[in-house]
Amino acid sequence: MSSLTVQALTKAFGTTPVLTGVDLHVPEGSLTALLGASGCGKTTLLRLIAGFDDPDAGTVALGDRIVAGEGRAVAARRRGIGFVPQEGGLFPHLTVAGNISFGLPRRQRRDGGRVRDLLELVGLDASLADRSPHQLSGGQQQRVALARALAPAPSLVLLDEPFSSLDAGLREETRQAVSAALVASGATAVLVTHDQAEALSMADQVAVLRSGRLVQLTDPRTLYRSPRDLDVAAFVGEAVVLDADVRGGTAHCALGAVRCDGDVADGPARVLLRPEQLRLAPSGQAGALVARVHGVDFYGHDSRVRLVLSDGATVNARVDGADLPAVGDDVAVTVRGTALAFPVDAAGRSVPLQPSV
Amino acid sequence: MALALAVGVAALALLPLGYIAWYTADLGWEGVRELVLRPRVGELLWNTTRLVLGTVIGCAVLGVGAAWLVERSSVPARRVWHVLLVAPLAVPAFVNSYAWISLLPGLDTYAGALLVVTLSYFPFVYLPVAAAFRGLDPALEETARGLGLSSWAVFRRVQLPQLRVALLGGGLLVALHLLAEFGALQMLRYPTFTTAIYDQYRATFNGPGATMLAGVLVLLCLGLLLAEIRLRGRRGYARTARGAARPVRPVDLRGLTAPALLALATLVGLALVVPLASLGYWMTGGRSAAVDWAALSTTTGTTLALAAAAAAVTTAMALPTGWLAVRARGRISTLLERSTYLGSSVPGIVVALALVTLSIRATPWLYQTVPVLLAAYAILFLPRAVVTVRSAVEQFPPLYDDVAASLGSSAPDRLRRVTVPLLAPGIGAGAALVFLAVVTELTATLLLAPTGTTTLATAFWSASSALDYGSAAPYAVVMVLLSAPATVLLSRDARRGLTP
Repeated sequence: MSSLTVQALTKAFGTTPVLTGVDLHVPEGSLTALLGASGCGKTTLLRLIAGFDDPDAGTVALGDRIVAGEGRAVAARRRGIGFVPQEGGLFPHLTVAGNISFGLPRRQRRDGGRVRDLLELVGLDASLADRSPHQLSGGQQQRVALARALAPAPSLVLLDEPFSSLDAGLREETRQAVSAALVASGATAVLVTHDQAEALSMADQVAVLRSGRLVQLTDPRTLYRSPRDLDVAAFVGEAVVLDADVRGGTAHCALGAVRCDGDVADGPARVLLRPEQLRLAPSGQAGALVARVHGVDFYGHDSRVRLVLSDGATVNARVDGADLPAVGDDVAVTVRGTALAFPVDAAGRSVPLQPSV
Repeated sequence: MALALAVGVAALALLPLGYIAWYTADLGWEGVRELVLRPRVGELLWNTTRLVLGTVIGCAVLGVGAAWLVERSSVPARRVWHVLLVAPLAVPAFVNSYAWISLLPGLDTYAGALLVVTLSYFPFVYLPVAAAFRGLDPALEETARGLGLSSWAVFRRVQLPQLRVALLGGGLLVALHLLAEFGALQMLRYPTFTTAIYDQYRATFNGPGATMLAGVLVLLCLGLLLAEIRLRGRRGYARTARGAARPVRPVDLRGLTAPALLALATLVGLALVVPLASLGYWMTGGRSAAVDWAALSTTTGTTLALAAAAAAVTTAMALPTGWLAVRARGRISTLLERSTYLGSSVPGIVVALALVTLSIRATPWLYQTVPVLLAAYAILFLPRAVVTVRSAVEQFPPLYDDVAASLGSSAPDRLRRVTVPLLAPGIGAGAALVFLAVVTELTATLLLAPTGTTTLATAFWSASSALDYGSAAPYAVVMVLLSAPATVLLSRDARRGLTP
């Protein structure tokens, strides 16, 4: 296992820039999620790291060893990077055992024990070893693909949207099995995904990519609590965004006065809250702001209540419990915790918070 | 590297066409007019056109009717009928023709030719239409019924429009095959372009005359091929959504079951039982002496060897073209792929004529040698190999190569452990298709085979031309037996035409 360091990586296809100056460090033994909408360049980044494509500029290093850039281009097969493609990509002409042992030295390929260990590592039964890939479910195929990638003990494992083709129930189960296997093997891993829940729940750190640039690189909690700008905020979770006037560290907005995170300059701003920060109570409570319930989406474990505020703004609240207001009710809204304020510039645009990472 | 090879293959495929074009240009307008604008050509054009039209209409009626009965009605034993309706493809048209004329010598008329070729070619319409029926979404028919349409209205307004592409495709295939058909029509003494070219070539060795007839024939073929390519471009129209459609509830024939069975039985009887019975008659009860086993086995051996060599050569030639068509999509690779289809749309008689003339003039030491014969086979049957190689490569995304590389596998190692095992089935299927086509190839073999080399088809041909029907029968039987597996392959490739 080793760390991965990507510096100023740039790639264009023809005249279309796909990646622009991406810097990324993945510490040894950790899992980093590359999160972005489709077409943001995350798969290209993965392919450059794997060595399937060559960068136009910048370097890729495994530990201290530069594998791409600075005039070096180590072939994919000499990088020792495991790759798990989107739909598993199992060789259809080989059995499960044949797939898993594909990357092992010739003498170890017949070692049934090795295959059994790897199947166990990804949480599969050893009896699957003689099956053909098409006899496996989608989730099993993904796990076999991971076992195959882990078999030669790579310094790094890359997973390209491995769960996107699975249906919801299977996805969660496969995700947990893959997480566990990665932890057990101590592998350094990079996971590409467009699913924010997947990125937040699985990764040690999340790298948000947008139009070929790295926007933010941080741990999941910080990303959710302190996104760098409002677009990232909306991308990693549902957001309540309101115009506000900040005075002395408190934002005055349609939900009343809310404390802000950190030091914020006085002046116009847009504040970010998460729907679960809004608390609802029967109206008539003193000091609370009253809103009208516009709609209720019941999910079982919790519900989304769509509210219209007195100034006409609409916000969503996440509420748990079965005690839900009815459409048309007036409810009292209070805010729990603090808001994140983004100052607004002269043109009326919100300003990102930190300098680019 | 692959590009250079594919360009070479395309050049070979276009050789006969280029020869005709060059010859025409060389002859000049006056020469062409003198040779083409004469009553004989008009007569051939009329003969060819009315035979093509009649056959296409006949095949369309038989094909659609049979397909509807098998796929959509309650007629008993539908699977059995399906096999029986595809089976006539195992009998080469010239064998079918022999079977009929040897029993009924009076069939050497337009009606006789129409009957025999229609019975030989109707599966070309039946197969795609049956597949299209199978692919139709029953939900559409149910919706139409829900809107108050009668069964007949459903067929006319919902099913028929969706079958149009399959029907037209099958019809064009029949027409193209018919334009290239030589053996069956020669045996029925029905003069068309192919037989006229052959006669002119054999009788007078009249180069310009035969070549100009070939030029007119090639123009007809190219017109049809263009129509087919345009049609294929819109094939998506008839394709169905993924996912298993619910089984269709067949239309209950009730009192019409007996007439329907009778109709199917008559069709199968005429198309399959008559030729097989005729072969059986000549094999056993005919005027023939005992079967010459030695000659039969030598000829079979020669045929199999030629077919195997042609399959190997043709498949090897198809590899670069098929590979590029998938892995380097673009104008050039499409052009190269299309060239092979274009080249093979040229009738066998024209390919043979071009290769004879070219080899005599340019490379006399190659005239009447096996390499020239193999080249003709390759030109005629390349698309069969290209189509299968191409679909094999399509099922082999570059991803597998990437994954294998990331697992530390080197390029030669990847070729051995990934590429070859994954492509082998497709390549094998392509080779088998070429092999089976060569086994029953008559026209090009007749003109190009080295002196003394006889194949099943040419041995059959010389015996039956001499009206020695009994001696011809064993060769025909071996050809039918060898072609039987091809019908299985063809029934799977139901919706493929000349251009994939």
